[in-house]
Amino acid sequence: MTEPVASRTVSLEVNGEQIEYEVPARRLLVHFLRDDLGLTGTHIGCDTGNCGACTVHLNGEAVKSCMLLAVQADGATIATVEGLAADGELTSLQQAFNEHHALQCGYCTPGMLMSATALLARNPRPSEEDVRYALQGNICRCTGYVNIVEAVVAAGGKG
Amino acid sequence: MTTTVTEPAKTLEKGFVGQSIPRKEDKRLVQGQGTFFDDVRRHGMGYVHFVRSPYGHAKIVSIDVSKALELDGVYGTITGDEVAIHTDPFFEMSVEPGGNIKDYALAVGRVRHMGEPVAAVCAATRELARDAAELIEVEYDELPVLVDASEALKDEVVLHDDAGSNVVWSGVFDWGDVDSALAEADHVVKIDKLHFHRFSSTPLECAGALVEYDKGTGEWTLTCNHQMPGVGAIWMAPALRTGIDKLRFVTHDIGGGFGNKICLHPQYVVLCLLSRKLGRPVQWTEWRTDQHTANAHGNERWFLDVEVGVMKDGTMTGFKVKALDDCGAFPRYEPLGCIIWAQVTPGMYGWRNIRVDFTQVCTNKSPVSPNRGYSRMQHLWLTERIIDIVAHELGFDPVEIRKKNYVQADQMPYETPNGCFYDSGDYSTALDMVLDLIDAGSIEKRREEAASRGRLLGLGIGSTLDSGTNNFGQSTLLNPELQFSGNNEAASVKLDIFGEVVVTLGTVPQGQGHETTAAQVVADILGCSPDQVNVRRGHDTWFNSHAGFSGTYASQFAFTGLGAVKGAAELVRDEMIQLAAAVLQAPPEAIELSEGFARIKDGPPEAALPFMALGAIINANNAFLPPDFNPTLNHRYVCRPYFGMVDTEKKTGQLTLTYAMQIHAAVVEIDPETGEVDVVDYAAVDDCGVRINPQIVEGQVHGATAHAIGAALHEDFVYDDEGTLLTANFYDYHVPHAMDMPPLKTGAMESPSPVAPLGAKGMGEGGGGGIHCICSAIQDALKPAGGAIVYDSCNPAHRVWSMLQDPEATRANVSVASK
Repeated sequence: MTEPVASRTVSLEVNGEQIEYEVPARRLLVHFLRDDLGLTGTHIGCDTGNCGACTVHLNGEAVKSCMLLAVQADGATIATVEGLAADGELTSLQQAFNEHHALQCGYCTPGMLMSATALLARNPRPSEEDVRYALQGNICRCTGYVNIVEAVVAAGGKG
Repeated sequence: MTTTVTEPAKTLEKGFVGQSIPRKEDKRLVQGQGTFFDDVRRHGMGYVHFVRSPYGHAKIVSIDVSKALELDGVYGTITGDEVAIHTDPFFEMSVEPGGNIKDYALAVGRVRHMGEPVAAVCAATRELARDAAELIEVEYDELPVLVDASEALKDEVVLHDDAGSNVVWSGVFDWGDVDSALAEADHVVKIDKLHFHRFSSTPLECAGALVEYDKGTGEWTLTCNHQMPGVGAIWMAPALRTGIDKLRFVTHDIGGGFGNKICLHPQYVVLCLLSRKLGRPVQWTEWRTDQHTANAHGNERWFLDVEVGVMKDGTMTGFKVKALDDCGAFPRYEPLGCIIWAQVTPGMYGWRNIRVDFTQVCTNKSPVSPNRGYSRMQHLWLTERIIDIVAHELGFDPVEIRKKNYVQADQMPYETPNGCFYDSGDYSTALDMVLDLIDAGSIEKRREEAASRGRLLGLGIGSTLDSGTNNFGQSTLLNPELQFSGNNEAASVKLDIFGEVVVTLGTVPQGQGHETTAAQVVADILGCSPDQVNVRRGHDTWFNSHAGFSGTYASQFAFTGLGAVKGAAELVRDEMIQLAAAVLQAPPEAIELSEGFARIKDGPPEAALPFMALGAIINANNAFLPPDFNPTLNHRYVCRPYFGMVDTEKKTGQLTLTYAMQIHAAVVEIDPETGEVDVVDYAAVDDCGVRINPQIVEGQVHGATAHAIGAALHEDFVYDDEGTLLTANFYDYHVPHAMDMPPLKTGAMESPSPVAPLGAKGMGEGGGGGIHCICSAIQDALKPAGGAIVYDSCNPAHRVWSMLQDPEATRANVSVASK
């Protein structure tokens, strides 16, 4: 029987950068991103996996980073909100969020953007219903979703 | 989405004010570059975890922290006993008996609600702090639990021995002559019991702070998300036995507040003590489950023995009610909820005779704190329930009875029976607008169509007020000894050396877009673009201008916050004009500020100074200025609205200054098999006077509507008989998701406030219109299925199903005595 290990070295790509890091085996991916890598754009809004503020892309798919351990991301490619406007230019989705007043406090916004970016990647012209369905795992307490849905539909129209 | 402006503002010449310019805050927030308190790190900081009571009510027999302290990486602990030695109980606002309650930062000797912190531990990592908390052994002796306000009134079990009663505050408010009004009425409608439930806005970012103690100066710095630091410090400093100048609050971006981040002083005091004791920065981020169990619930309120006088033509003569408010285990911000509702005493109606017999009690539930619509929302729900129940029982049309009884446009400004002034508005026109938006004319056709699918369809109206700019003098109606009155807010504006316009706010925004709206106001006054105006993010007690009541609460930024910004910008503007006049050798009245220049009106193009020149002269190149000419281009202004004093005998006075109005309408469909309610159509019309930024105003309407829809259909803090909260996280406490929200149609009117500096009324809280209209719509839908009366503000499927099964049970709650 193998002994349990307290920590492990993980190797992964985050926002295009290759990273090796020794992490406690029990550390959540979201805490690894925030506390160890300083990528504080990814947020935490609950402790049950309901709110989606911690949504990132794992190998291109939107996932809740509080529902994974950092060690489970070993070998993966991760994208966070900081990687969206990597060249300094806001994406059309980020611009649409600004134009349509799709954020108020901005706390859910990174998770919303990551879920919506993943949606637009697989469905470039989503309907309002598609958007609502795709964002149902992301809670916003400020906007009532009206302008978020509008912004994603508009960004799709431009895409 | 439809926005209809029926009455453009006439009092202001609009430049940037009035435009939906995109928000300045967004650029950082959409890139994950916002800074929230939990993003801030300090060298050597420890993470704090609270040990919390699993019981609703119990005596603490012993606390043993020794095993936790043995764990490698644990920096230290703190318990209630230490708190009782090193701090004083928080200041209580009530008279006796509530005023005798002793409320410490940690439980001392006894726990009074599930989740109450009894100890805290600080360790090198979040995980370790949690592990260590598990090792702290607390022995409890369970005590009988009170979860029902009426039971609490009996005082058979008393939560606070020092008070000797569960009653925090009680008193009678009697305006006009309600007994005569009821005696003279053609009908008296009696409603035995209505219940406004417990919920909260549950901001997505939980509470927390990073606290640093400076041993040399005895000062604490709290990098935090407190939304009302001015008042937070008033609670904390005396408890910590220090001066208010020793507490520096710093906020950056805040992930929503809605009032729920006002009562953080107990946790913050623990952090202050720990950082001093351990000699290191300490950081605490509340867990979601902890926020639900032990931070900030909205006030739960029962309305008992309601009697309403109604004339044959539908005119209402007055009402009386016994209100029983449940503030949970401690009256933290209370008993202010016992008076705040009086800002909207008659709701939107012309009732002149009103008696409210108000009592607030403690129970073994989470303490309450202000929650979007604080205390007024509960009372406005009552007024809307009264209207719909009267209409239902006496056969009046819910639209016509509202219009008949609304305060009319030509009565504005309207003095309420208790001395408040509704400043402006046209409620009947707004109601027509919302009914148009929702196509109320087709409702009978839609009802039939829904019936053909086996579903019950109903239309409901919720008319509500969002009173803004609190007069803290109303607290003296509860306790004449309190030394609070009026209100104030500060801001500063300066022109810096390279022409930068820099604004600091005393307010503490949590998503309301203050950086943008303040920039719009300043840009119009100084004659530049909002892009040129740098409004500093957040609040900083050291560097930002602030005043005693600084914060973001009570729908008042549009009045006091922007009033302060306007005042400071005008002082700077006047000096810029004087300076330019001196330099350009022209009379001041010939100078205009425009497009970032001070120039001679209609003068040659070279007779213009860029802001940079003005800033540089004053800040860096000023030797040539005469000694008696000393502009600073740097001004602080305190906006202090005038209220006058309240009358503590008659319980009257101007309790608040502006009255934004919202009318909501919903169409719901009910599945009679399950009781499930679907909101199929929804519209809201808002009138907040001048809209500084219409898009931001509409966003606030959307948000308040979502909170209300969630509260009306799902969100409920439910306790079992042992005081265990059954909805302690987002699994069980269902807030609206994108799929739950109906499309929202919005409309707007602008009735400028004659009292506000910019004609703009505060409007963020919203007044719970969605709760009122959904209750109204459900009652309308149930009419052909037994005619149940909606008696609770929360109507999830099981409750609606019960009303369908046994409508008589709710009907027995209501009776009519007619002449």
